[in-house]
Parts: sequence; structure tokens; C-alpha cells
Amino acid sequence: MMMRFFVPRDAAARAVGADKVAAALHDEARRRGIEIQIVRTGSRGLFWLEPMVEVETPDGRIAFGPAKPGDAPGLLTAGASHPLYLGRPEDIPFLKRQTRLTFARCGIVDPLSLADWRAHGGGRGLERARSLGAAATLQEVAKSGLRGRGGAGFPTGIKWKTVADTVADRKYVVCNADEGDSGTFADRMLLEGDPFALIEGMAIAGLAVGAAKGFVYIRSEYPDAVRTFERAVSLAEADGLLGAAAGFDIEVRVGAGAYVCGEETALLESIEGKRGQVRAKPPLPAHKGLFGRPTVVNNVVTLATVPWILAEGAEAYSVLGMGRSRGTMPIQLAGNVRHGGLFETAFGVTLGELVDGIGGGTRSGRPVRAVQVGGPLGAYFPRALFDTAFDYEAFAARDGLIGHGGIVVFDETVDMMRQAGFAMEFCAIESCGKCTPCRIGSTRGVETLDRIRRGERVAANLELIEDLCQTMKFGSLCALGGFTPYPVMSALRHFPEDFVRRARAVAAG
Amino acid sequence: MSVQWDEAEAREIVRRHEGREGRLLPILHDVQASFGCIPDPAIPFLAQAMNVTRAEVHGVVSFYHDFRDRPAGRHVLKICRAEACQAMEGEGLARRLLDRLGLEWGGTTPDGRVTVEPVYCLGLCASAPAAMLDGEPMARLDDGSIGEIVSEVSR
Repeated sequence: MMMRFFVPRDAAARAVGADKVAAALHDEARRRGIEIQIVRTGSRGLFWLEPMVEVETPDGRIAFGPAKPGDAPGLLTAGASHPLYLGRPEDIPFLKRQTRLTFARCGIVDPLSLADWRAHGGGRGLERARSLGAAATLQEVAKSGLRGRGGAGFPTGIKWKTVADTVADRKYVVCNADEGDSGTFADRMLLEGDPFALIEGMAIAGLAVGAAKGFVYIRSEYPDAVRTFERAVSLAEADGLLGAAAGFDIEVRVGAGAYVCGEETALLESIEGKRGQVRAKPPLPAHKGLFGRPTVVNNVVTLATVPWILAEGAEAYSVLGMGRSRGTMPIQLAGNVRHGGLFETAFGVTLGELVDGIGGGTRSGRPVRAVQVGGPLGAYFPRALFDTAFDYEAFAARDGLIGHGGIVVFDETVDMMRQAGFAMEFCAIESCGKCTPCRIGSTRGVETLDRIRRGERVAANLELIEDLCQTMKFGSLCALGGFTPYPVMSALRHFPEDFVRRARAVAAG
Repeated sequence: MSVQWDEAEAREIVRRHEGREGRLLPILHDVQASFGCIPDPAIPFLAQAMNVTRAEVHGVVSFYHDFRDRPAGRHVLKICRAEACQAMEGEGLARRLLDRLGLEWGGTTPDGRVTVEPVYCLGLCASAPAAMLDGEPMARLDDGSIGEIVSEVSR
């Protein structure tokens, strides 16, 4: 009987040698005359165990990891006594505790096999949407309580309804795959691990709002994702899932290294072939978006969740979660964390449980001092706020945000004044330049924090930083300038000792 | 990579994107893939081909970090400097690597072997610190990786 092995092709698995492991397995099998098949899947998202190799057995798949090419001979005959034996992946606590809806197929199927996708429930959402029709599909999405997973958390159903109700000669569905936040990789994993889920979600959106054309804007820092997703689109066209018969087409666009293009109006400008400068709102993209037409702009995770909602029903989704945060969120544990990876779970789990319980604390073994939640524009939280529930409103109530769901863990060696300085510096590098608070404010912020670091007029300059943050927060056109105050002010508020102590030490010479 | 401007090749690139909506970025990516950068003559050429001003083309080229005005080294190493990599002491590691190569951020070795650039996130944040060498991802970098990278780019 032919043995089947599964080795991820996800960029984060390739980055730690998955290709070499796959090649070694192949060579070793040939040397021994054993016939094997190696399926290159997406990643399960247990990145500390990558490259994680799975073997098909009569009792399901058995995982081994983290594997090195030298492990190949052993893996061909490995059993429970093998030092890398992990058992059934579904039984590994990190995976067992998850509720995988959006990521149900990721890491399991061959991402470029339509047969695999269908065998694991792919296409059922679109089928149901077609039988329901546009109006009922819109209702289903609204009833599910799904909110934008890119960061803003806007109700998807309302956005779609606005586009559907706007009369125009043509409309667009745009997928924002410009996942630039440090600490996030959910979009990348889906594009590489289950691209047909996104294609299906976009086709449903097209049907619901009356759009025949979709664009997926993928950042250039994700070459693997671009390659896999472009291939998936060709396969879907050949299959009839996309194209004239399906009434929906998708075109892939690649970014060019501008973080601000993750902001939806800058992204639209970029697709139009312009500088990625933010547009003033109104008009909303739902009224006047791409090429001035009504446009749905949604994140990868949002769109890839829609097929599940349609297939299983809005109710099945909305029973999960807490408050106004319904369903599941793919939380990404990153930075200095022992068990880093993708953890999809219903809203409501506390930050402490995520960092200490699921993440297992730091990789360095030193105590956790701070976590940044929601990317470079998200607040730094100290341990004292670890009882905060993962929920849009609970984070907002504590002057933070969940953003795209990334959590970056720092140990006690972190210098919070430096992190605040980096937030301003990043804003200065990436500002599109259209509005003054962001363009000038970020540079003045870098300079003022430098003065505090040098011990110059510390109290007055700290006051100036607060004032500057107020101006940026309320005066900026978009979240780049508007949210940069979150990491800066949270660092100041929760870790004042890093600012004052450093400044005092400098003053004392 | 060639930097020699070839108008016939540029015309062929523009033709390939004929009829696409908002085609300037895809065209610029292809120009850079062919010429290793966006050569100066490309600006007036594209302005004319697309019936926009030179200022508009220049504005787009200069806005995006990816587009270069001169070719990079034979190898391009992008090292992540964003928060998740900072949390794993990526800055110190990057500094030691730059010192080994005798470079500053954005610099190219005098022999044209390698260009080192900062990048803000590669989506490999659970396996920090991370980098990308000629489009290939690398993660969980440590001091041992510095030697491997240096020998890889010496080829």
C-alpha cells in the first residue's frame, strides 16, 4: 500500500526547512524502493512544531515535528516511540482547544486541489447562496453578526447591503490581502492553505451585491501567497467556479511595499494605478469605491468565513462569541512566545489565557512584560490588563483594539520608550503624506521622544507628546495617523517607569 | 540583471496589459522584473504610453518602497524590523549581519553581491526573527544563520 505523507508548503514552514524535509523523505523512499506520496498542504498553524510532518494511518493522521531532513529515514517507519511523535494533530492541546470554522480545511487539504476542497465541504456555501438568492444571502450574512476581520470590525451585512442598494452600471468586490500588521499571518495562511475558501467567499459577495468582478490585492512581501492564489484562480477558472458561466471573475493585484495600502481607500487608489493615498470619507467605498463604483472592500478572513456561514447557517455562527462580537476570530500568537501560531476561537477568551495558557508564556523563558495587540497601531497591554476579554468592545473600553487579531509578546527586556519611538517612526516611514497630523506629527513625535530619551525637559516633552497624540488621533484622515497614538500612549500610561527612569539616568549622567 | 533600457521590451510590457483597469502598478512590476529597476527613460515612456503626465508616473514610482531607481545587488536580503521580530532580538541580529557584510540598511556590497533592505513584516511572526533572501522565506534566525546567509550570498 502506498504511504501518504503531508508536509506543509506554507511560507512559515518553508522558512524553517519544510521543502528540504519533503525532498529528504522523497529521496529516502526512493532509495529504499518504497512508494510514497507527499501532499504539500497549508499549515495547521502550530509554528513551533514546523516543519510538522503527518503520516496517514488507519487511525487517521499522525504528526511528527519539528522535523529535520536528517529525520527522514526514521519518519518512513516511525511509530509512537519516535522522539518527534506528536500523536493525532487534533489531539494536540493547542489545536484541540480551537473552534476551526474559517480555518477548518487549512493544513489538511492540498490547497490547489478542487477535489480535496469539495470533499471537505467546499462549494456548499456558494450553492446555498445561489438557491437563496441575493436578498436572502444578504440577510444571512447580516444575521450571522459577522464583522470585518481586517481590524475595523464594521458589520459585514450592513456594508454589503449598502453596496447592493446602490444603483450603478457595475460594482466590485475587493479583497484586502495587504496584511501588513506585525504579528499577523492569518490572511497569508488562508491564501496559501485554502485559497478556494476566499474565491468562494468573493463569489458569494458578488452574487449578494450584484458585482461581476473581484480584485484581490496581495502585498508583495507575500510571494508564496501570490503564487498559490494566482494558481488557484486559474484552476477555478478552468473548473467553472470562476468565469463567464459563474458570472464572476477575480483578478490578482500585487502591492508594492506600502503599509498604508492596507487602508481601504488607499488600497483602491493603488488598484487604480495611483499613489496609495488615503481618500477622505464620505463618500464611502460602498457608494463610490473602485473606479467610482459601489465596492465591497473586505479582509481575507471576513470573505473566507462567509462560505461557512452560508453552508451551516447564520445561527450556527452567531451562537458563538460574546456581546456584539459574534462567531470566531483567528487569533495570531507571535513574537516572543513559546507556542506561537494561529488560534481560532470564539470571542471572549481572556488575554491572559491566550498569552500564558495557550501561548505558554515567552520563548525566552523570561516573564512576559507587555503584549501589543492589533498590530503596529494597537496598544501595549501590561499583565495588569490580562483579564481583558478578546472582544472588540472590551479592548476599546481599555483604550486598545483587537485589530486583525495579532498578539505580539515581549519579555521583561523590552524598553517601552523604544517601542513608543518605533511606533512614531513607523508612522513617519509609512505615512501617505496626505494629512498633516500624520505626516508631520509622526516626525515631531520621533524628535520629541528622542529628547525625552536624552533627558531634555522630560516633563514638558511628555506633555507635548500627549498633546501631539490628541492632535493625531482626532485630526488624521485614517487609522495610520489616528491610531499611532495607541501604542505611544499605552506605553506611556502603563509603563511610565521606562520613560522617567531612562530620562533620570541620563540627567544624572 | 540588465539595466540597459530597451524601448521595444517596454512596449511589449505595456501591450501585455492592454485593456486592464488601473494597469500602472502591474506594468511597473514587470518593468522592474525586466530591467532590475525603473530606469529613468521609463518615466516619459510610460507617461506617453498611458496618456498621463510624467509627474504622475514619477509620483507613483516614488511612492512605493518596492520600486528602485537603480538595480539591486545579485542577491536581495530583506530583514524584518517589525515588532514581532524586535521581540525576538531581531534588531541585534540584523546589526551583526550588517556588520559582517560591512553594510548599512539599504546598502549594496561594493562587488554588487548583495543588497540588504529593511522590511516591515513578512508574516512569519510566530517564528521570529525572519528574513527573505531572493524571495525565499527564512525564520527562527540565530547567530548560526548569519554565517549561512553570508556564504549563500557569496555565491
